Amino acid sequence: MGDTVQKTDSVPVIADRTVDEPSPAERARKRMFGHFGFMFGAIVLLTIFAIAFLAPLISPHDPLDQQLARKLIPPVWHDSPKASWEFPLGTDQFGRDYLSRLIYGSQISLLIGFAAMLISGVIGTALGVAAGYFGGRVDMVVNFIITTRLSLPVVLVALAVVSLVGNSLWIVIWVLGLLIWDRFAVVMRSTTQQVRNLDYVAAAQAIGCSTPRIIFAEIMPNIVNNLIVVATIEMAHAIILEAALSFLGLGVQPPAPSWGLMIAEGKNHMLFDPWLVGIPGTALFILILSINLLGDGIRDVTAPENRN
Amino acid sequence: MSDRILEVENLTVDIPVGGGMLHAVQGISFHVDRGETLCIVGESGCGKSLTSLAVMDLLPKKAIRGADKLALAGEDMLGAGERRMSDIRGNTMGMIFQEPMTSLNPAYTIGNQMEEALKRHRNVSTREARDRAIYLLEKVGITAAESRLSQYPHQLSGGLRQRVMIAMTLMCGPNLIIADEPTTALDVTIQAQILLLLAELQREFEMGLILITHDLGVVARIADRVAVMYAGQIVEEGTADQVFNRPTHPYTQGLLDCIPIPGKTDRSKPLGSIPGIVPSLVGRFNACHFAERCTYGTAECTEGNIDMRDAAEDGHRYRCLLDPETCNKNAVREEVV
Amino acid sequence: MLIYALKRLSIALLVAVTVSLLTFSMIYLSGDPAMALAGESATQADIENIRRVYGYDQPIIVQYFAWLGHALTGNLGHSHYLKSEVADVIFQRLPVTMTLGACALGFALTLSIPLGVLAAMRPNTLIDRFALTVAVIGQALPSFWFALIMIFFFGVALRWLPITGSGSWMNFIMPSVALGYYITPAVMRLTRAGMIEVLSSDYIRTARAKGLRPIVVLFKHALRNAIIPVVSLAAVQFGFMLGGSIVIETIFAINGLGQLAWESILRADLPMMQAIVLVLSCFYIVLTFLADLLNAFLDPRIRVS
Repeated sequence: MGDTVQKTDSVPVIADRTVDEPSPAERARKRMFGHFGFMFGAIVLLTIFAIAFLAPLISPHDPLDQQLARKLIPPVWHDSPKASWEFPLGTDQFGRDYLSRLIYGSQISLLIGFAAMLISGVIGTALGVAAGYFGGRVDMVVNFIITTRLSLPVVLVALAVVSLVGNSLWIVIWVLGLLIWDRFAVVMRSTTQQVRNLDYVAAAQAIGCSTPRIIFAEIMPNIVNNLIVVATIEMAHAIILEAALSFLGLGVQPPAPSWGLMIAEGKNHMLFDPWLVGIPGTALFILILSINLLGDGIRDVTAPENRN
Repeated sequence: MSDRILEVENLTVDIPVGGGMLHAVQGISFHVDRGETLCIVGESGCGKSLTSLAVMDLLPKKAIRGADKLALAGEDMLGAGERRMSDIRGNTMGMIFQEPMTSLNPAYTIGNQMEEALKRHRNVSTREARDRAIYLLEKVGITAAESRLSQYPHQLSGGLRQRVMIAMTLMCGPNLIIADEPTTALDVTIQAQILLLLAELQREFEMGLILITHDLGVVARIADRVAVMYAGQIVEEGTADQVFNRPTHPYTQGLLDCIPIPGKTDRSKPLGSIPGIVPSLVGRFNACHFAERCTYGTAECTEGNIDMRDAAEDGHRYRCLLDPETCNKNAVREEVV
Repeated sequence: MLIYALKRLSIALLVAVTVSLLTFSMIYLSGDPAMALAGESATQADIENIRRVYGYDQPIIVQYFAWLGHALTGNLGHSHYLKSEVADVIFQRLPVTMTLGACALGFALTLSIPLGVLAAMRPNTLIDRFALTVAVIGQALPSFWFALIMIFFFGVALRWLPITGSGSWMNFIMPSVALGYYITPAVMRLTRAGMIEVLSSDYIRTARAKGLRPIVVLFKHALRNAIIPVVSLAAVQFGFMLGGSIVIETIFAINGLGQLAWESILRADLPMMQAIVLVLSCFYIVLTFLADLLNAFLDPRIRVS
């Protein structure tokens, strides 16, 4: 065999391509701030949160204050002698300031959305992780439960239950929370299944880690990304459902300024005073849009390969 | 009818990537005659697959193809639009891919997929197409051919599927077949069968065959001529005998040195290997891509352009500044071919 | 395939039984169903009467099996308010809702599948961004608000379409769009994702290498495979739409099952409410079962094993 000794003084003549590799955190941050949807969603959502939080401070009037003398004043941009900056978004048929109602309405939407999302998140995640981690019988049972839940018409059942039990804010929240956990369960189940088969879980088991420890220390951190994405989807879902329930009269009760309720109340005046329907609807649209964009953005930023 | 089935001159393939332009194939030239098997050899990433896709005009959208000449049986393919190319593909020129497990559509029967290959290019009845399919399935060694037609791809093993792929490629009687690593995904025992099958079919149907592979053993078996590719360029070409027994390019020598020969290779010494890694093909690069890994490299090797030059024998060419005997001096191999 | 079908069938039956249990127990949420049914102005005698007539004084197990037994023979109870058999009323109104659902599904598929295919063929171009924008907006638009907007523009301002009733096919246009666009984003995204994946697969490369025409490659080879999960999704979404039609039907005053459900909720017509939930759930179970079968049928890897 010939000499395999290399010329020791041969310097690899490769074009100088040393680049400072950014750290994963820096790269993630760059992706975040460069992602239009994520930024838009985050900023708008934070703004709405701020509005809800600061409602007592920024609301020009009392949202519940009825004064029939000033009913149905159009918003400022209308060409009408009645319109004024005192009631920038006009008033409804009971003379209540629409802007104030809009502002306080954000509290209801956000509260219900968040709370229902939390409840359904806990239920669905617990079921899904259990099914994905333990497999076998547990998986079969959970699948059965999910299939059963999926067979129920959600809106109908929610309406029926609320009509029978009574409709307070918290009943609505609990009914929604107990009904919309299915996506959590399905997604967490499949994600847990994927993670469960990875080597570091086997390693943890091999060194004798207890099951709860494995679940919380190894599995959870890896499914958190998907969890957040589903959480945004379900929060939006809960908000739309509450709006629909309130629209039908079986959600939040008047005189609360739920946006869905505002649309219902304004429906009959839509012909001449369309803003009564247009304004709360637009608010709902923007809120849900921002939550969805945020969720999509989080998914894109944390796992771009899942984009499609 | 011309004997030269495929003529390629100065083929280039560039792909825009994040950091610039990837020069995947840099001005390679080769040809295939009727009844001849050309093997394009090289390691992963050297551009051999892209070469075959470039010939078929099946490159990904972003890739940019360029050539001085690209002719199939005398007909220019460079100016041919997509319509003409689609008429040529599967008709006068066919291609076999590497992964038989996924190269067939799982939703349709074997018969359906084979017949459609013929009916696309010829005005035949379903009966005639079916008969041809049965004939070819038997030719590739598949028993009970008629019943196979109504089977689905998932019901066949990898080896069988590859045979079906070969039969399907032959449906229109092409002049040229390009086989891109047709046996890599198969069991070693099946590999030999498939290769012999290809060689037989080529002889019988008088086709040109381009076989792309990284497996030198495969090459030794059936190649008439060999082209060795490295980092987007052909670094040596010639007959199998010339390239294997009298290599003139250090890379070829390096490859051959890596093959342990039972009974001959000294067991006390480490197995041969080529140190270093393949250079990036993005942006600028050295004149000789192999320079930084080459035992004999000099400063001259990094500058200017290095063209193919003739070695001692006819038809044997290589891309190196050294004398052709440099590699041979150190050869202690037995005749491989 | 047969074994697969039987397995799915047995699961479907089990789910149906569980749903029937849940539906049955629903009426006890208010505490005393007899009281709820009797209404606020009822006397104690009225309540006791109702309790006896409806069998609410029996042990719960007995009640359940009686109810289930009756349901299986087609007797879904008697509506106190409508003075008629629940089953009759339901099956009278069912076709309207089915029609609405079918039209909505038709609209959704006609819009989302071609859009998804086009977007997949040219990813990251204008058409792709347009499709994704449609999806994003569609997901954020509450259906009842969208319905009101359409009524305002097309029904009132432009007067192109009728806004209430279910007389002619024109009555179904706006409701179908309002109901159908809700599932458009999901179907579009799935089609797009499926097509993108399929278009980069090996067998598509083979199809091109055979010289097949682009249309053939797109439809015969690509779409045929990509559409399989979409079929399942469409069936599932159809089920959701049936459940969600209650909102649309009330807005457009369409005399379907949703409207009926709404009325019976308002009136606390418990037997009717129960029956509607049961019927819709069973329908949904059947639908998913059929979708499973169709799914398996479309994929030869399952159909022929």
